[in-house]
Amino acid sequence: MVYLDANATEPLRPQAREALLEAADLTGNPSSVHRAGRKARALLEQARNTVARYLDVAPLNCIFTSGGTEANVLAMRGLGQGRRFLIGRTEHDAVRKGAPEDAQVVWLDVDANGQVQLDKLEQALAQDETPAFVCLMLANNETGVLHPIDDVVLLCRKYGAHLHVDAVQTAGRLPLSVEQSGIDSLACSGHKMGGPKGAGALLLRGPAPARVLPIFEGGGQEQGRRGGTPPLPAIAGLAAALGAALEQPRDLAPLRNSIEQVAVAAGAKVFGADVPRLNNTTSLALPGKRAQAQLMRLDLDGICVSAGSACSSGKVAFSHVLKAMGAGDLAGQALRVSLPWNVTEQDVARFIESYTRMAQSPAAIGLVDSVV
Amino acid sequence: MRILVAMSGGVDSSVVAARLLEEGHEVVGATLQLYDSRGAAKKGACCAGQDIRDARAVADLLGFPHYVIDAERRFKDSVIERFADAYASGETPVPCVACNQGVKFTDLLGLAREIGADAMATGHYVRRVEGPDGAELHRPCDEDRDQSWFLFATTRDQLEFLRFPLGDMPDKAAVRKEAERFGLVVAGKPDSQDLCFVSDGSYVDLVEKMHPEMAGPGEIVDQQGQIVGQHEGVMRFTVGQSKRLGNAARLNGERQMVVGVEPGRRRVIIGPREKSFVTALSVRDVNWLVDAPPEGLVCRVQMRAREEPRAARVVPTPDGAMVYLEEPAMPAPGQACVFYQGTRILGGGFIRRMEETVPA
Repeated sequence: MVYLDANATEPLRPQAREALLEAADLTGNPSSVHRAGRKARALLEQARNTVARYLDVAPLNCIFTSGGTEANVLAMRGLGQGRRFLIGRTEHDAVRKGAPEDAQVVWLDVDANGQVQLDKLEQALAQDETPAFVCLMLANNETGVLHPIDDVVLLCRKYGAHLHVDAVQTAGRLPLSVEQSGIDSLACSGHKMGGPKGAGALLLRGPAPARVLPIFEGGGQEQGRRGGTPPLPAIAGLAAALGAALEQPRDLAPLRNSIEQVAVAAGAKVFGADVPRLNNTTSLALPGKRAQAQLMRLDLDGICVSAGSACSSGKVAFSHVLKAMGAGDLAGQALRVSLPWNVTEQDVARFIESYTRMAQSPAAIGLVDSVV
Repeated sequence: MRILVAMSGGVDSSVVAARLLEEGHEVVGATLQLYDSRGAAKKGACCAGQDIRDARAVADLLGFPHYVIDAERRFKDSVIERFADAYASGETPVPCVACNQGVKFTDLLGLAREIGADAMATGHYVRRVEGPDGAELHRPCDEDRDQSWFLFATTRDQLEFLRFPLGDMPDKAAVRKEAERFGLVVAGKPDSQDLCFVSDGSYVDLVEKMHPEMAGPGEIVDQQGQIVGQHEGVMRFTVGQSKRLGNAARLNGERQMVVGVEPGRRRVIIGPREKSFVTALSVRDVNWLVDAPPEGLVCRVQMRAREEPRAARVVPTPDGAMVYLEEPAMPAPGQACVFYQGTRILGGGFIRRMEETVPA
């Protein structure tokens, strides 16, 4: 099997596996007062310190959650009261559907490369007295495209807006400092860095502990900001994965570029190629070939990639990201290839061989939608 | 060979997948999502959310890949809307034919070819026989489950690529037994029935929602336009029907039946039963599974899903075919008229409205 779907989930890193197993053997609940509890508590705080250090926030401004979706929604619901929501059109569904029901939402357009249009952002910020809560992802999960976040920060400052970023695809892949970046809050997820599934974190800039209204209060864990017993093994794994990812960075651009070179020669279009992107991600459309069929064909060859965002039913959904970028029909004909931290040259070679064969085979005239 | 199996999540297509796998083929399962599974899906009808889960469970159990194909929009455009539009034009449509013809045997089959499959198999009860001039389509062994009438629009090209492994099964019990032998959880699942996309209420509500002009009571008139009764809604009437006519069921001592429906005016037109029968009808969108001789051929035609075929002569025309019946009958516009010779399907088409029928 060739696994090239890191943006769905990264393979578990050995450091994360070790931390996970170690924590799994700890019996205590971090909230308990006895020695078993203290041991668990110590491990939890150690993980918190690690994450806070790598992403540069005060330790008590690192709130552990069940994952990226919860971290994003906690920010939107817990920090966004009374604010207007300005949400990028290419955000992940966690954010697109994360605003409270009664909230006013303004959608932020992106350009053909998938970057937010700064003039439109400023327009939206200036258009209303009500303070804004801006949601933009650092890197897009389908294309890897990075928003011009420094410019976004400046605009948000100018208009007194809160800037929340979904950094689920970025944390561990690029060095980040929440304090220095001017980002107000940041969400990340353990399994997208090579940790286990089941833990994420919301990080907050400024003095700790910052106030966040909990989604569920429960036993008042995480300084009353996130109720529920923290999933210690997953959290320990997250911290270890983040450390490993940032201490041993690997430049995947050469491998990614070699894929793109072949794909373009085979007739593919690459999305976002002209702007800064994550090194591991490429979004490739083959005109006239449905994403679903491409995905199935490659899967039957033992190659795991994805298209659009996976829906719970397993069907291939239309890509709202590429649609927002004005890709038209191509939005239903694109595959996302995202290289994991442990990808090998042989993996890439096998992908290229399979992809080329697929690109050269004739497309059927069928019209099963999903390509709309 | 690599075979794509169209899996509904029911017993039949699950057994098809299991058998082909046992025979050593590379099986790829695919389930079409035809409408939003979050809606209240009708129990016993195919393709709802639970059915997708069932199909996937079968694939997981037997260990072959399975995919869910989003065909919601295509299904809405090519089946549901055409179904409602046909009613609105006074016809009685057969949506299952449209679904087999479009979503299943064009789209899904196209996908099968695209992923490099050598064939596509379904759980339909129909037999595919290798004949001297290519694949032939026949009624199945199990007469009770005969689905051949619904499959007349399968083209010769599609038929070459298709496989129907259940055509030889003696009866449903045998299929269930096979399912048990393979340990399939779906072995005891109820059969699908009626229209899969009608979730609650009835197809009448669905069509009336899409064509509000058809909803509500109206008049029953005779062929001269004389009002002879009232009805509750044109949707409940099909040409040839004698039921639901109330006092108008018998006029001047003669049994009456529906001879036409005018949905726009919400009128049901009736006429004396015996006198209204015809011996010639015109069919459109004809699919031939044999090389049709220009002078026509003698065969039997079946004009409803469940009825005895009748002796007839079918003559190809530039825009379809004319069907000359030995005995008079009352064909319902929009229904299929399928030509059989013995168990074999020779072709078929959709029955035109009488006013469109120009005798040859």
